[in-house]
Amino acid sequence: MSDAVLPARAPSPVVVPLEARLLRFGLLLALAVLVAGLVLPLGTLLLRAFQDPEGSFVGLRNFAEYATTPSLRLAAWNSLWTAALTTLLVVPLAFGFAYALTRACIPAKGFFRAVMLLPVLAPSLLPALALIYLFGNQGMLRELLFGNSIYGPIGIIVAQVFYCFPHAALILVVALSTSDARLYEAATVLRAGHLRIFGTVTLPMARYGLVSASVVVFTLVVTDFGIPKVIGGQFPVLATDVYKQVVGLQNFNMGAVVGLVLLLPALLAFAADRWANRQRSGLLSGRAVPYVPRPRRARDLPLLALCLLVAVALVGLVAVAVWGSLVTFWPYNLNLTLQNYDFDRFDTSGWAALWNSVRIAATAAIVGTALIFGTAWLLERGAPGGALASAVRFIAGVPLAVPGLVLGLAFILFFNHPANPLGFLYGTLAILVLNGVVHFYTVMHLTAVTAIRQLDPEFESVGASLKVPAVVTFGRVTVPICLPAILDIAVYAFVNVMTTVSAVIFLYGPDTKPASVAVVHMDEAGQSSAAAAMAVTILAITASVKLAQIATTGAVNRLTQGWRAR
Amino acid sequence: MYRRTLTATAVALACTLLPPAAEAQQRTRLTVYTALENEQLAPFKRAAEAAVPSIEIAWVRDSTGIMTARLIAERENPRADMVWGLSVFSLLQMEAQNMLEPYTPQGAEALRPNFRSDRSPMTWTGMDAFVSAICFNTVVAQQRNLPRPSTWADLLNPVYRGHVVMPNPASSGTGFLSVAGWLGAQGNDAAWTYMTGLHQNIQVYTHSGSAPCNNAARGEYGLGISFDMRAVTLRNQGAPIEIIVPTDGVGFDLEATAILRGSRNMEAAKRLADFAVSRPAMELYGRYYALVALPGVQPSVQNYPAEFEQRLVEQNFRDVALRRDAILREWASRFDSKSAPRN
Repeated sequence: MSDAVLPARAPSPVVVPLEARLLRFGLLLALAVLVAGLVLPLGTLLLRAFQDPEGSFVGLRNFAEYATTPSLRLAAWNSLWTAALTTLLVVPLAFGFAYALTRACIPAKGFFRAVMLLPVLAPSLLPALALIYLFGNQGMLRELLFGNSIYGPIGIIVAQVFYCFPHAALILVVALSTSDARLYEAATVLRAGHLRIFGTVTLPMARYGLVSASVVVFTLVVTDFGIPKVIGGQFPVLATDVYKQVVGLQNFNMGAVVGLVLLLPALLAFAADRWANRQRSGLLSGRAVPYVPRPRRARDLPLLALCLLVAVALVGLVAVAVWGSLVTFWPYNLNLTLQNYDFDRFDTSGWAALWNSVRIAATAAIVGTALIFGTAWLLERGAPGGALASAVRFIAGVPLAVPGLVLGLAFILFFNHPANPLGFLYGTLAILVLNGVVHFYTVMHLTAVTAIRQLDPEFESVGASLKVPAVVTFGRVTVPICLPAILDIAVYAFVNVMTTVSAVIFLYGPDTKPASVAVVHMDEAGQSSAAAAMAVTILAITASVKLAQIATTGAVNRLTQGWRAR
Repeated sequence: MYRRTLTATAVALACTLLPPAAEAQQRTRLTVYTALENEQLAPFKRAAEAAVPSIEIAWVRDSTGIMTARLIAERENPRADMVWGLSVFSLLQMEAQNMLEPYTPQGAEALRPNFRSDRSPMTWTGMDAFVSAICFNTVVAQQRNLPRPSTWADLLNPVYRGHVVMPNPASSGTGFLSVAGWLGAQGNDAAWTYMTGLHQNIQVYTHSGSAPCNNAARGEYGLGISFDMRAVTLRNQGAPIEIIVPTDGVGFDLEATAILRGSRNMEAAKRLADFAVSRPAMELYGRYYALVALPGVQPSVQNYPAEFEQRLVEQNFRDVALRRDAILREWASRFDSKSAPRN
C-alpha cells in the first residue's frame, strides 16, 4: 500500500490479532459477493470480446474490426467532449449548491435538500419527455434554442446536467457537511480573508469529494445510453454503439468489445481515487467542533439565488411532466384527464408492476446499504490494507463504468448458465435486487467512504486501547455518527432501483416486470401520457420515501448528532 | 429476542424474494416471449386458453431487439417455452443457431408458402405480415405545406427536407425492414441511390423503431417511416396521422411462432403452436393486420387499400437475413459517419 511510504500519516488503527482475522474474514465475504455479483458475470461477457459468435478464440480481431467502424472516431470524440462539458457544468453548480446547504445561512435548507434529488427520483424518460414538451419542434419554449434542435448535443447536455446533478451534489454535500470549526477559527484569528479561508481550508477538505464527483459525472455521461437514445437524435456516442450491437444486431461479441472500451473511464476513476487517497488525512478528529455558519449577506444572498435558480429548473421540468401526464394527447388534445393513470388499460402488468418495483427497491436498499457501508468501513478502518483491500476498492469502482445493458446481458450469460449453482436466482426478484445493488454500488460506496474518511482514526485507536473490539466501536461510534450518510445511501439505493431500466430490461420474468420498464413500454407504444403518468407515480413513491427521510432527520440528528453541539 | 427479530426478517425477506411455491396446478404454465403490441396480449391469451384449456400463458413482452437479444443470450438454458409474435428475421437467426424445435403444427401446410418455414418438419410458422409504411401528420403538413406522398419516390421531393425521420437500420428491425424493402423493390444500385437522395431529407435516424411514428403523431416531424400497425394506437388517442402504404413496393416482415428447443413443456407448447396456425387464431390476427398467413381469411382491420397484397415486394427472408450484415455495413459507411446533426 502507498500508505507505507507516507510516514507522516495519522496512526494506523490498532487491532488485536484475533479480531484482525475476523475483520479480514468480513472483507473476504464482501469480496465474495462482489465477485459473484459483478466480476464473474462481467468476465463471462467480456471474454466474448475475444471470441467469435461460435465461441472460438479470435484474439484481438473483434477490436480491430471495431476500430474500422466508420463513425467510431466521431463517436469517441463526441462522448469525450459531451462528458467533459457536462462535468464542467455540473460539478461547480453542485458544489455551489452543496456549499449553500452546508456552509451558508439560507432558509428552507430541507426543501433544497429534497429538490436536489428530484432528477434521480424519476425514470430518465420523465425529463426527456419534459424537454420534448418544452423545447421539441412543438415545444412551448422552443424559441429559446434560436432555431437549434433539442435532438442532438444540446439535448444530451441539458438532460445529462439534469440527470447527473444529484449524483454530484450528494457526494459534495457529504464531503462538505463534516467540518472542524477550529480550523476556521484559527484562520480567522490569523486574519485570513473569506476567499483565502475558502481556498486554504474549505477546498482542501472537500478535495476528495470534488475528485469523486467529477469522476462519477464523467463516467455516468460516457456510459449512459438512455439519454442519447431518446433525445440525442443521431448524434453518435460510444454508449449507443453498445445498444446498436446488442439490441440492434444481437452481436454480443462486439457489444462486449464496446463494453470493454467503456471500462477505460473506470481505470481512470481508480487512478484518481488512489491519488485522492494519498492526499487524504483524517479530517474530523475526536476533538473536532462542527462549523456553524453565521449569517453573512455577501455570501448568503448569491448562494440563495443559485439555489432558487436550480430549484426552479428542477421543479419546473418535473411540473411539465406532471402536466404532461394529465393531458389527453399532447400536443393536439390538451384536455385534462386522469385516465392515463388507469395503467391496467395500457399494460398487462398495470399497477402490479409498481408493487414489484417497491419490493425490489426496498430489499435492495436494506441489503445494499448494510453490505456497502460495512464493506467501506472494513476497507477504511477495520482491516489492514493489502492486496485484498485493493481488490475490493478496485471492484467497487467498476460498476459505475459498466453500461446497464452490458451488466444485464452479463447477468443472463452468467446466472442462466446450466452449470451455475446460483442459477435458481434467475427469473426471481432476488436477481433484480442483486443487479440493483451491484449496478449502483460505486456512488453508494463513495458516499460511505467519504463519510468514514472524515472521522478520525483515533476513534478506533481509543477504542482499541480501552480493549473495546473494533466492531463495537463501529456499532457504537461510527454508525451513529454516519447515520445521516447511511440513510442517504439507503434512499439512494431505493430511488435508483425504482427508476432504472437498462439492466433489468433483460432480467424480469412474467411476474416480475418493474414499473420503470413499463414506462418504456408505454412510451414505445406511443402512449406517452400514460408513460408520463407511470413515471410520475414512481416519482411520487420515491419522493415520499425521501420526504420520510427528511422528516425523520430531525429525530435522527437529536439522537445521534447531539455530541457535535458545543 | 434480537436474534428472533433477525430470523423473522430473514424469513420475511426470503418470502418476498423467492418465487411462490408451486401450487397444485392442472394447467401447464407456458412462458411465451413476444413482441406483440401490449393491447394484443390480453385477447390473444384469452383466445388461446379458451381453445387449449390445458395451458396457461405467461407473457414476457418487449421490443423485438430486446426480446431477440434475450432469447439468444439465454440459449444455453432457454427460459421461454415458445415465441409467439416475433419477427421472422429473429427466428431465422435463432434457427441458424439451432435454437428452434422442429415441429409441423396441425394444419400448417395450408399457410401461404412464403409464410412458413421451408424446413420439414417446420421450425417456425407465420401469423401475419406487417409492412413498412409512412406515418403522415396531416396538421404539420397543412402548416408547412407538405403534399401527401403516395410513393417512396415522392419522399425525395426537396419540400420534405428536414421533415422525415426513420429508424437507424442497425439499431432497429423496423429500420432494416424499410431498407430491405427498397433493395427488394428497386434492385441494389437503384435502392442505394434512392437512400442517398432520401438521406438529404432525413432529419434524424432514431434508435427506436417506434419513435418515428410516435414523433410524427406528436407533430415533432411531418413524416415518420415505420410500420403499419404502429399508427392504430396513436390514432385511437386522437393523433392527426394518416398511415400511407406506398404504392411502389413495400418491404414486409412476418410475425411468427416457434417452439424453443429444450422447452420443459414440449407437449403443451405443441398444442399452442397448433392453435397459432388455426383459423380462429388467424381471424384474431386479422383484427390487427391486413394480411394473415392463412389464405381465405378475410381480415377485419379497417383503412387498408384493397390491393394491399400486391404492394408487397417479392422477398426471400432467408436471403435477406444472410445479407443483413453486409447491408448494414454498407449503410453505416454511407450514412452513419456523416450522421452528425445538421443544424
